[in-house]
Amino acid sequence: MGASDFSKLPHIGESLRRKEDYRFLTGAGNYTDDINLANMTHAVFVRSPHAHANIKSINKATALAAPGVIAILDGPDVVDAKINGLPCGWLITDTSGQPMKEPPHPILANGKVRYVGDHVAMVVAETLEQALNAAEMVEVEYDVLTAVVDVRDAKGGTALHAEAPDNHCYNWAIGDKAAVEAAFAGAAHVTKLDLINNRLVPNPMEPRVAIGSYSRASDEYTLYVSNQNPHVERLLLTAFVMGLPEHKVRVIAPDVGGGFGAKIYLYAEDVCLTWASKKLNRNIKWNCDRSEAFLCDAHGRDHSSHAELALDKDGKFLALKVHTDANLGAYLSTFSTAVPTILYATLLAGQYSTPQVYVEVDAWFTNTAPVDAYRGAGRPEATYLLERIVSRAASELGMSQDAIRSQNFITQFPYQTPVALQYDTGDFHACMDQAKELGNVAGFSDRKAASQAKGLLRGIGYSSYIEACGIAPSNVAGALGARAGLFECGEVRVHPTGSVTVFTGSHSHGQGHETTFAQVVAARLGIPVENVDIVHGDTGRVPFGMGTYGSRSISVGGAALMRALDKIEAKAKKIAAHLMEASDTDIDFANGEFSVKGTDKKIPFGQVALTAYVPHNYPLDKLEPGLNETAFYDPLNFTFPAGTYICEVEIDPLTGVTRVDKFTAVDDFGTIINPMIVEGQVHGGLVQGIGQALMEHCVYDRETGQLLTGSFMDYTMPRADDFPVFALGHVCTPCTTNPLGTKGCGEAGAIGSPPAVINAVLDALSAVGVKDFDMPASPHRVWSAIQSAK
Amino acid sequence: MQVQMKVNGKAVTVNAAPNTLLVQALREHLHLTGTHVGCDTAQCGACTVHVNGRAVKSCNMLTAQAQDAEVTTIEGLAHADGTMHPMQAAFKECHGLQCGFCTTGMVMSAVDLCNRHPHANEGEIRELLEGNLCRCTGYQNIVKAVQLGAVGMKA
Repeated sequence: MGASDFSKLPHIGESLRRKEDYRFLTGAGNYTDDINLANMTHAVFVRSPHAHANIKSINKATALAAPGVIAILDGPDVVDAKINGLPCGWLITDTSGQPMKEPPHPILANGKVRYVGDHVAMVVAETLEQALNAAEMVEVEYDVLTAVVDVRDAKGGTALHAEAPDNHCYNWAIGDKAAVEAAFAGAAHVTKLDLINNRLVPNPMEPRVAIGSYSRASDEYTLYVSNQNPHVERLLLTAFVMGLPEHKVRVIAPDVGGGFGAKIYLYAEDVCLTWASKKLNRNIKWNCDRSEAFLCDAHGRDHSSHAELALDKDGKFLALKVHTDANLGAYLSTFSTAVPTILYATLLAGQYSTPQVYVEVDAWFTNTAPVDAYRGAGRPEATYLLERIVSRAASELGMSQDAIRSQNFITQFPYQTPVALQYDTGDFHACMDQAKELGNVAGFSDRKAASQAKGLLRGIGYSSYIEACGIAPSNVAGALGARAGLFECGEVRVHPTGSVTVFTGSHSHGQGHETTFAQVVAARLGIPVENVDIVHGDTGRVPFGMGTYGSRSISVGGAALMRALDKIEAKAKKIAAHLMEASDTDIDFANGEFSVKGTDKKIPFGQVALTAYVPHNYPLDKLEPGLNETAFYDPLNFTFPAGTYICEVEIDPLTGVTRVDKFTAVDDFGTIINPMIVEGQVHGGLVQGIGQALMEHCVYDRETGQLLTGSFMDYTMPRADDFPVFALGHVCTPCTTNPLGTKGCGEAGAIGSPPAVINAVLDALSAVGVKDFDMPASPHRVWSAIQSAK
Repeated sequence: MQVQMKVNGKAVTVNAAPNTLLVQALREHLHLTGTHVGCDTAQCGACTVHVNGRAVKSCNMLTAQAQDAEVTTIEGLAHADGTMHPMQAAFKECHGLQCGFCTTGMVMSAVDLCNRHPHANEGEIRELLEGNLCRCTGYQNIVKAVQLGAVGMKA
């Protein structure tokens, strides 16, 4: 079935209320910390208090003698056990042709610690309190080294790793440098911009948590873990780190309280718990407390960039060149190396027909927590840079922010960008036009005057984003350095009574798959949504999966289900043909009924399902009984959600307080299955993106590497009263490369919104002479910028 | 130490150490795991329950302080037959939850908010929800849910 037929099915486009809500609303959710196994012990990690130090000695004797302590494991124990370090899933090849520098990422420090929070030892005790107390008794002697913290200080700083003596991981580039230089040589105008994309802490509300369990009876491990992709977790854990056969390890990610990227990765704690569960023959739980999460969850963003945009005299873009220094933190986390390259530089054409783009990226090690994908992962960094420089160019040329965008929009599809991607479809003008209408841009000057009358500065900011989702065609990803396939798997199990259980490798941690995926299956089979249940998050139940990130679930996981449903339909038609004594090719299937073309003969889906399992009258010579199909789907291309966001801010110049007064978001997500859920995803993304622009800011002390924003007391999380009501709109150009026409909606809000906010802030502050500003627009920073401009 | 209290209408005795937090008594002693722990600085509100009818962050109170108190957790909010409280129903109707982790505390706060401010407008609801963090929803649908829940609670 193709996308246009699919979108017309019943329930597609309906805001069905969510099937999963009852359990969450009544306290019956089953998060990992809600699971308590028999005789469970508790683990606490001894973490480095220093950003960079050699470990001179670890004395465990006192701690081992403390009440309830079962074991204390450290780096030398890991070496003895021959457990490998954590792998990086994406190999970037340096412009020199050499592979990136890939230093070991030990699960417990091996002689050296490289960031505050680095794992030194794991204490296991009968109770959490005993483990906490014993952890404080582990005596670690450090020889403190100079720390490298800011990415701009990495070059020439004290080396973190012997394998990377200059702290440099790779230099990578994309685009035609010579063609870009030639275009610049002939440009009427060049706009230049230096900017910093501030470091963020993902902070899903459920901190990470895991339980390691081992059965001597079956020689099987079970890892319960708050994770976005249990099969990937298992693959990395078994094949790369522990050398275990996969069939002996089950990973269960039950209800997961948000992920946003931070729960994609295989972390040291997960390996330690799995390893120790066998070594100690005990069930072990580890709960990451929030302070620990700030220290050791993978962080996001942290780029420092210089960009130049060449334009002709009419504001037509001729070429863009960008250099970015990306902070990877102390070690290479699972996807880290792909974020500032494949997921970033390839998006720098944006929505524009800029003929030439050249991007060069230097990635650096620093004594900070590893940096990896956080909601948007590379695309927010690209969008922020591009949309900032476009608005600056407009301001320099005296053009309006919308006009400069509109006149450079791509209008013909498919469109091959100069940075590898091929956009299949889109309608950028429609998004812009609807956003201007919905945001009542025509009334802006009146609102600005009203603000002025109150002594407030009002500004308007635009952002026209595009992103690449549905990660990814495996052959393309492989050519770009991915060390795994990026397909998805789904199994559709029709029961004898015609109800259905679906097993999907996608994982829901808030996205509502149990509803959306059920809508897809119910619509396709013409059965009630109540008759479809979705199972996910368990390698013991789901055949395989690559998990949820990069807004891929519906476009890749949903497409896998469509393939499985094609197989179900094909087989069911043969059964129906047999029952109605017709030819297979004469059977139609619609609205849950099989009918014979040109006759009034028909039978319902349920009867075919029953026949498949009670094959008394069945073509057993041609067909196996049963109605259960599995499909793997590898996407043909990325999907390209795009949209235009318009933000209006009001700034009090006396205090620097910046308030988002209006925010309009018009997105093109292709086919929308459940508009309520999609809008919820946009709201959440917007708040994370506006949060980055206004308040969120992860700060390390530049000399010592101590984390200064280590709790919700110092890291400003967005709260309900920080936002207006968002105005949302949709344009629909269905994706042409998957059977649903969907594009993905999970990250758009976080990708498109930061530049809209900062462009609005700069528009407002232009009245007082501020020309440049880096996120976040906290009162102090805005007030300081105003003072500096005086 | 032995602490007597009434939890979701039932008299219970919890044998807790003096430093046991109320949230630990609820989750670990009484196995009421609907109350969640999302931070360690009393900022997130995921652990919000009602103590003597008022919303309280149960990570910020010792079990001993709940002696003789009436505690209601999310498990005690729905009717005995499983029908949801109007606020729970409103959260479902308005899609006021995504991952569900902050939700239970958010709902408990919302019920208390509406008991005390039955006519709160959108802006006031946003201010009154300051003590509860949600990372998924962007708050917009939570605010809508609280408005609808308030109507349901008056019915």
